[in-house]
Amino acid sequence: MENEASAIALEARELTKIYRMGAVEVHALRGVDVALREGELVVLLGPSGSGKSTLLNILGGLDTPTGGTVRFRGEPLTLDSERALNLYRRNHVGFVFQFYNLIPSLTARENVSLVTEIARNPMSPVEALSIVGLGDRLDHFPAQLSGGEQQRVAIARAIAKRPDLLLCDEPTGALDSKTGILVLDAILRINRELGTTTALITHNAVIAEIANRVLYFADGRIVETRTNAAQRAPGELAW
Amino acid sequence: MMSSLDRKLIRELWRLKAQVLAIALVIASGTALLIMALTTIEALEETTAAYYERTRFADVFAQAKRAPENLQREIADIPGVRLVETRIVEGAILDMPGFAEPVVAQLLSLPERGPQLLNALVVRSGRLADPTRPDEVVVSEPFAEAHDLKPGDNFDAVLRGRKRTLQVVGTALSPEFVYAIAPGGLMPDDERFGILWMGHDALTAAFDLKASFNNVTLSLLPGADEKDVIRRLDGLLAPFGGIGAYGRADQTSNWFLESEIAQQKNMSRIMPTIFLAVAAFLTNMVMARLIETERREIGLLKAFGYGNWAIGWHYAKMVLVIGTIGILIGSLIGAWLGHWNTELYTKFYRFPFLLYRPGPAGFVIAGAISLGAALAGSLAAVRRAVRLPPAEAMLPPSPPVYRRMWASRTALAGALDEPSRMIFRRIIRWPVRAFLASLGLALSIAVLIMALQWVDAIDSLAETAFERGQHQDATVAFNDKQPIDTVADFENLPGVLAAEPYRFVSARIRHAHLSERQGIIGAPAGAILSPVFDVERGRIEVPPGGLMVSRKLAELLDVSAGETVDIELLEGRQTRLSLPVVQIFETYLGTPAYMDMTALNRMAGDGRVVSGLHMRVDAPSRATLLESLKDIPNIAAVLFRQAAIDTFYKTMGETIFIFIGFFVAFSMTLSVGVTYNSIRIALSERARELATLRVLGFSRWEISYILLGEVGILTWLAIPLGATIGYGLAWYMTSAFETELYRVPLVLRDATYGKAALIALAATLVCAAVVRRRLDRLDLIAVLKTRE
Repeated sequence: MENEASAIALEARELTKIYRMGAVEVHALRGVDVALREGELVVLLGPSGSGKSTLLNILGGLDTPTGGTVRFRGEPLTLDSERALNLYRRNHVGFVFQFYNLIPSLTARENVSLVTEIARNPMSPVEALSIVGLGDRLDHFPAQLSGGEQQRVAIARAIAKRPDLLLCDEPTGALDSKTGILVLDAILRINRELGTTTALITHNAVIAEIANRVLYFADGRIVETRTNAAQRAPGELAW
Repeated sequence: MMSSLDRKLIRELWRLKAQVLAIALVIASGTALLIMALTTIEALEETTAAYYERTRFADVFAQAKRAPENLQREIADIPGVRLVETRIVEGAILDMPGFAEPVVAQLLSLPERGPQLLNALVVRSGRLADPTRPDEVVVSEPFAEAHDLKPGDNFDAVLRGRKRTLQVVGTALSPEFVYAIAPGGLMPDDERFGILWMGHDALTAAFDLKASFNNVTLSLLPGADEKDVIRRLDGLLAPFGGIGAYGRADQTSNWFLESEIAQQKNMSRIMPTIFLAVAAFLTNMVMARLIETERREIGLLKAFGYGNWAIGWHYAKMVLVIGTIGILIGSLIGAWLGHWNTELYTKFYRFPFLLYRPGPAGFVIAGAISLGAALAGSLAAVRRAVRLPPAEAMLPPSPPVYRRMWASRTALAGALDEPSRMIFRRIIRWPVRAFLASLGLALSIAVLIMALQWVDAIDSLAETAFERGQHQDATVAFNDKQPIDTVADFENLPGVLAAEPYRFVSARIRHAHLSERQGIIGAPAGAILSPVFDVERGRIEVPPGGLMVSRKLAELLDVSAGETVDIELLEGRQTRLSLPVVQIFETYLGTPAYMDMTALNRMAGDGRVVSGLHMRVDAPSRATLLESLKDIPNIAAVLFRQAAIDTFYKTMGETIFIFIGFFVAFSMTLSVGVTYNSIRIALSERARELATLRVLGFSRWEISYILLGEVGILTWLAIPLGATIGYGLAWYMTSAFETELYRVPLVLRDATYGKAALIALAATLVCAAVVRRRLDRLDLIAVLKTRE
């Protein structure tokens, strides 16, 4: 899908982020430059605490950097405007979290419609759930679903609004490899079929094989970038 | 189509139903009390006004000795008078079958012809007396009930020394006796005081008042000057033994009724307001903590692109639902209690009908305050949650910074085991939260103390007034003043151990522009049975000259000791003179004024006379004495101290104590609501931590100790705090609660603090037991698998 000629969807420059955790100051990002092209699948790889999640959160408008800029399709994100970030998230970004973050009191279909109700041009919750292979589990509550199924509901929820960006933070982190592969399949399918620019965090190096490009993180910086000559299908992976 | 967010709301509310109900009950308590109080007042005022209007309750009342019938025309000519009705009002002693004590009755004449112009009777059974049959009487309904009288029954009465048998032909209620109180009494005693209506001719014959009247009532034209009418009426009646006309405001029954309404207003202003404020604070606190546990969800909604307003509205709806449930429950209970409470009042305040039509005001006020408080509390918490970037909100809060402080280095800290150390560190780490949780409990203890204080105060009031202040067993009041030698006659009656006379003269006391119609009691030098009694200083000797004034009266007249007041006696020669106020004393009941009896007699120019006497009675001879009293002419009233104490407690028991009962019940609801929510929220905040401890090998009891130990300590801290606040509230309550009828002393027995503390501890134990069962069901794996 992705090629060198496609436009830059998201670009960050000189990002820094300092957290104050109680009495401790943590430098989560120490000057990161990154650009994601339209339709590209990028994997962020690195040990925990290396800054991957922080970067993803800032790119998705979930958090604001201490310094630096983010441009979405050439337009700078107004990082100090709560409202602007909210609209950016609502209209352009879909998130998948490691621990699914489903609302336990809502069924699979309702979890998805929670997002479609406020989106501009969503697909129907049934369609979104069918894409992730859960067309037959629409009315199950999260507690009635396996971990893999819950994560796929979360993916359906993230893609139902037809986002421009799909940001996944360790989507397979809490799953066994077999289930993890199903989830990665779903993400890859969306990346291909909908052309959604996708960034995926993992600390499992094997998963990096499915990406167009891999960014290696360490200590708040991107230390290496690798472009995969050929993407591998999740089914070929094993860990 | 219902949105997913609303679906979430409904399911969350259902999941939290126990907590929702607990909060709703806290709101309901405050709402119900305010509605009860407000609607009771509304009903009493409306009923009174309607009753007075329908029965043409008079505006001015006057008593004289004997005035010629033709004076009526002159009275009617006074400018501003609309209607005049003359009549005969006399006292009698009744001998009721099967009742040992003599019963005091007031007899009133019914017009010879035609209906009553003023103060019309409402016949409840039977009919009015036939003017041609002199022995027929209509009796007041409460008196008939107390003695089980029905039309056709007979009883004996002594009218001006002559014994007669009277036949009951009907029972009735009168606007003049909504609150029927014997002369000198404090509370209605339907067994010992009755109202009888008889034909006019029958009474003129019995009391030798042919072509005369001794009582007149007037109604006034709108805009008439009541003071001027009273002044002119006094002028007309003075030659005929008038003892001062008075307006509705001073009419005994109406005065008590107005006092009661004023008292209700006072109570509704103070107690439910305090209660509602406490409930509002607690709702605020509980909602804030509840929303704080929703932090992750709020972050998630933000991540999806929900705006702050949408999220705020979502939680506001949650609060509105809980608040509305509370207000609905509170309104229903409040309206029901208001109706019930008003009906209760009609036991003492006898209305022929009851108008309970609560307007929206009470409900709106109570609802708005409760909802406002709940919304304020939760929205503040929502605002704190939405202020965080979603990435941060979705993370659990970073581990709080604990430090080893001086407390950790003490020997005590060294002796603590780890679970106890966890409890203490948590309290010390979040002192504000611990304080607020403790304060919530303390406030529920405080309102409990404030409510229970009433029982102590009323006990103390009764003890001071009836036991320390008075030592007579019975008091006899004469129809007319008697020579002082009468005292000796009474001393010689069987069973009388000692007798002490008193004098009572109706008077108007003035100071500057302020004026009060207040009788003056003349007490003999060295009075022992019924002396002047100050609640602090005890018995006070009456000084030979000058006036002794109770503090409340001194306040009403704005007079202090050493100043001079103008006195106008309303009896005999209607003497006017100035007297110094020599002393001010404190009393809980009424607004009395005292003088030396000899000085009062000299001032009135009556010689050595008495109005009545107090007696000590030898218990074994009591029955004989009672029999002989029934036959003594000229007795207007006999009051028994024990009966007064009994009726006092009976009346209090059926009015204020029941009112207080509600406050106690609601305070307990408050206590349970707050405690349950505190523990339940602490559990959701710490479920993870506790599950981790279970995995590490702690037993259920050990983790229960960690969770509930904190609540336990906070409860213990709440007790002294609650006692202090409770004392403050009781102080405020008693100082704000002051009527002419009575003042409430600030008395708080240790047992009251104890009771409040025990109730709070019991509430904590019950709630802890309920929540502890959830600890047994803690899902260890699920808790550990997710997040962090």
